[in-house]
Amino acid sequence: MRRAFLIAVPYVWLLALFLVPFFIVLKISLSDIALAIPPYTPTLDFSQGWSGIKDFFSQLDLENYVWLTEDDLYWKAYLSSVKIALISTFLTLLVGYPIAYGMARAPAEWRPTLMMLVILPFWTSFLIRVYAWMGILSNEGYLNQLLLWTGLISTPLTILNTNTAVYIGIVYTYLPFMILPIYSALERMDESLIEAAEDLGCSRVQAFWLVTIPLSRPGIIAGCFLVMIPVIGEFVIPSLLGGSGTLMIGKVLWEEFFSNRDWPVASAVAVVLLLILVIPIVLFQRNQQKQTEAEQ
Amino acid sequence: MNSDVFAPWEDPQAKPLIQFQNVTKRFGDFTAIDNLSLDIFEKEFFALLGPSGCGKTTMMRMLAGFETPTEGHIMLGGQDIDPIPPNKRAVNMMFQSYALFPHLSIWENIAFGLRRDNMPKRDLEDRVEEMLRLTRLTQFARRKPHQISGGQRQRVALARSLAKAPKLLLLDEPLGALDKKLRQDTQFELMDIQEKTGTTFVIVTHDQEEAMTVASRVAVMDQGQLMQVATPDRIYENPNSVYVADFIGDVNIIEGRATANGEDTYQIDWAEGQAPLTATSAKGFARGQACHLAIRPEKVTISADRPADAINAVQGKVHDIAYLGNLSTYHVELPNGTIIKAQTANTRRISRRSFTWEDPVWLSWTATAAVLLAD
Repeated sequence: MRRAFLIAVPYVWLLALFLVPFFIVLKISLSDIALAIPPYTPTLDFSQGWSGIKDFFSQLDLENYVWLTEDDLYWKAYLSSVKIALISTFLTLLVGYPIAYGMARAPAEWRPTLMMLVILPFWTSFLIRVYAWMGILSNEGYLNQLLLWTGLISTPLTILNTNTAVYIGIVYTYLPFMILPIYSALERMDESLIEAAEDLGCSRVQAFWLVTIPLSRPGIIAGCFLVMIPVIGEFVIPSLLGGSGTLMIGKVLWEEFFSNRDWPVASAVAVVLLLILVIPIVLFQRNQQKQTEAEQ
Repeated sequence: MNSDVFAPWEDPQAKPLIQFQNVTKRFGDFTAIDNLSLDIFEKEFFALLGPSGCGKTTMMRMLAGFETPTEGHIMLGGQDIDPIPPNKRAVNMMFQSYALFPHLSIWENIAFGLRRDNMPKRDLEDRVEEMLRLTRLTQFARRKPHQISGGQRQRVALARSLAKAPKLLLLDEPLGALDKKLRQDTQFELMDIQEKTGTTFVIVTHDQEEAMTVASRVAVMDQGQLMQVATPDRIYENPNSVYVADFIGDVNIIEGRATANGEDTYQIDWAEGQAPLTATSAKGFARGQACHLAIRPEKVTISADRPADAINAVQGKVHDIAYLGNLSTYHVELPNGTIIKAQTANTRRISRRSFTWEDPVWLSWTATAAVLLAD
């Protein structure tokens, strides 16, 4: 009894917070747009009894999914989202790894402070931090003012509303998710392994590539997934920092939903996005599982 | 001395492989190694022995190249190695934690150093197989370090550090993580491998038994200084200081004042109402000079009656008995409260033991049994 209850809790949780919303979205994605409240048809009407339910299911179709393949906007947006996610994950890794490495090699009494500094941005609203970047990156922003003042440039750089601004925003926002798993992998590493590698004839650089990188690989993989998965569906950063040329599926989704008020197509976009994300999520789970097995 | 015996330190012509020349190492205000000079010869199995914090690990790390001397020089085969980084030294180290690479198989761990030298594939494979055979690990070659036992890991670490055939192998507490029985077996294995490969070994340990078993010479260290460097038997039988006598094995230390009463023979007055003790010493002592008499418990004889011919005999009663199975150590309390330990082999069953608690007994030892020390 107790056992059943314990197992039931996570399942109820999953059912209520994941499966039920997913099926609602799936149902809407199979419906048609309508000028009504809610803006789609058919709606489930239990008062008609069994025939009503049958009627409801007979009206569902895959029209919206077909539409997604017909208009090239959608697959271009998916592709561009994945591309932006891959590039920005790589950039985040490039910035995050040295920071994590520095933290793990810092004197032990400094580490909690450094960790605090990494987490500190979470104390402010994400939205406000992205707005702050608009202030930094705009043509009259702090960055351009600084560069003009130092004389490095004579005309302001256009950064805001380009993909560059999106990359900057993503790297900044998701950096802690990259740093923390890598840091925890590096911190656990036995320092004497590096000494052993040097003792056996490695230079510092070789020891880094042959020992440090392989041993921090689980952290690198975890960090990359933690960044890439949410970035594919990212909406706030591309819509605030990106320009008209920035095509990301999160933005398309938002426009379908709020500008077009086409809930069924928006839902279809969301379902396909979920399917795309399932692949890296499953890979991520596998990696985590392998890591736990290796530690045992 | 027999010329077959391996003792290059006795030979003034012998060239040492390693020379510490007035080496000092400071970490901030702390002096880890204090103006230390030492010669270690080729093919030696040399032990650095001391309590934790005595500087023995620093000595080893300086040899490996992870630390550089603050003052003085270290020579390896006549060459000053201070500016040579660890990866360029013909010195390999076996780490206390073994430091095996967890992401590589046993085979790859052993091959790691050879790959850095760009050894041809065939030679490399032969060398790794040879090392696996030497350390009896052939059947574990494909496993990862976390899939084998502690004793096997220790052998992998040894094989990996020996693979490059270093001029000098450093072993940092190599047996510290093994249990006692396995440790004893491994000690002999280490000696065998050292003999087979002819490599010079320097071992760091805090375990005096281990140092005595494996080493050709032992250096006893304390607070960054060498207290005594000698063969295990000389360290044990002829310690040069109370510190060494006390650090190595069990010992009774009796304080007193020495007075010469013959050639190399001294009379030691040590307690009110007790007859003076007699000890021989080649070292000269001034009349009435304060001295310490160090006597090993196994050299003290315990008996019910005063032995007729004993030069040194004291009476007391059995205060405590430490029964070790093969040996028993009797703690005998003298009338003035001094405790003297006497050790005997348990040649008879315990039920037939001659002495028990509170029994009055006599302790005796010869004039040459004790070592007379100045400080």
